[in-house]
Amino acid sequence: MYYLYFATGLALLISIIVDRKKTLTAIKISYKKFINIIPAFLTMLILVSIVLFFIPDKMISDYLGNNDKFIGVILASFFGSITLMPGFIAFPLCGILLKKGVSYMVLSAFTTTLMMVGILTYPVEKEYFGVKVTIIRNAISFFIAIIVALSIGFFFGELL
Amino acid sequence: MKMQNKHIKALAIAIYFVFIVSSFVIGFKPGKQIGHNFLSFSIEMLKLLPCAFILIGLFEVWVKKESVEKHLGKDSGAIGYVWVILLAGTTVGGLYVAFPVAYSLFKKGARLSFIFTYIGASAICRVPMTIFESSFMGITFSLIRLIVSIPLVILSSVWLGNYLEKRNYRIMEGK
Repeated sequence: MYYLYFATGLALLISIIVDRKKTLTAIKISYKKFINIIPAFLTMLILVSIVLFFIPDKMISDYLGNNDKFIGVILASFFGSITLMPGFIAFPLCGILLKKGVSYMVLSAFTTTLMMVGILTYPVEKEYFGVKVTIIRNAISFFIAIIVALSIGFFFGELL
Repeated sequence: MKMQNKHIKALAIAIYFVFIVSSFVIGFKPGKQIGHNFLSFSIEMLKLLPCAFILIGLFEVWVKKESVEKHLGKDSGAIGYVWVILLAGTTVGGLYVAFPVAYSLFKKGARLSFIFTYIGASAICRVPMTIFESSFMGITFSLIRLIVSIPLVILSSVWLGNYLEKRNYRIMEGK
């Protein structure tokens, strides 16, 4: 996180030194883009807050921990697709589940869909890509995540 | 129709906030929990988004269209995939930060297959996230994940990019 502040600050500073006018234009562009996309972000945040209420971390770990591994992969990819969770929550959660004996395959289905498939980011994505492409991209990402999970399962000897 | 949708949306948002505020007033637990979720996620995003958009603004002003076209344009070779994956590696946050960047790249003349690779890679190849991941799941886990997913992301992006380029697809500005 801090390197982002550092990088942004440094970039701004250099930009100001080289050309103040251009930097001002840049800030104006940033501001306009940010303001324009706020409604989509607001929709997304509202969806996130509601979905995470109905699907809390505890529910995810209960379901992933107590099932057949293939059902586990399906459930995990479902949870991963419909929730949104920052890495600093998701990976420690997976670390705990791993110690509890949940397979690598199931956990990778969860983390990979979490990263790649964004049903909750749909309100933001469709503003840039349009409805159709957003759906295609997410569908492709879902299949990639399943292939990744099966490969992980194969490599860790959990598949058979 | 479009106008009507907008009103319905505004109304839904208003109802949501009335619900949250009244939940806090009367102590309705589920509503309070949803409010907490909303706040904590909003704060997470507000920590990232201003920086992300400032960098996007600087990119638009300083990076010349010609140089994006040269490295990520129609005639750029496979090395373009390496560039976008490296760029994606530095992404902080999540996909929602990558979408506005995708538009800026598009505007500067980058090819769609590179842009979709950038989107996919910024979901899976973010360096800080991967380091964090491997500390909990082990380095083997992260490596297999990357080795399997990166080629698939590139392949699907090439397909999607070509498919859409034939149809004159345009990435939108984000209203």
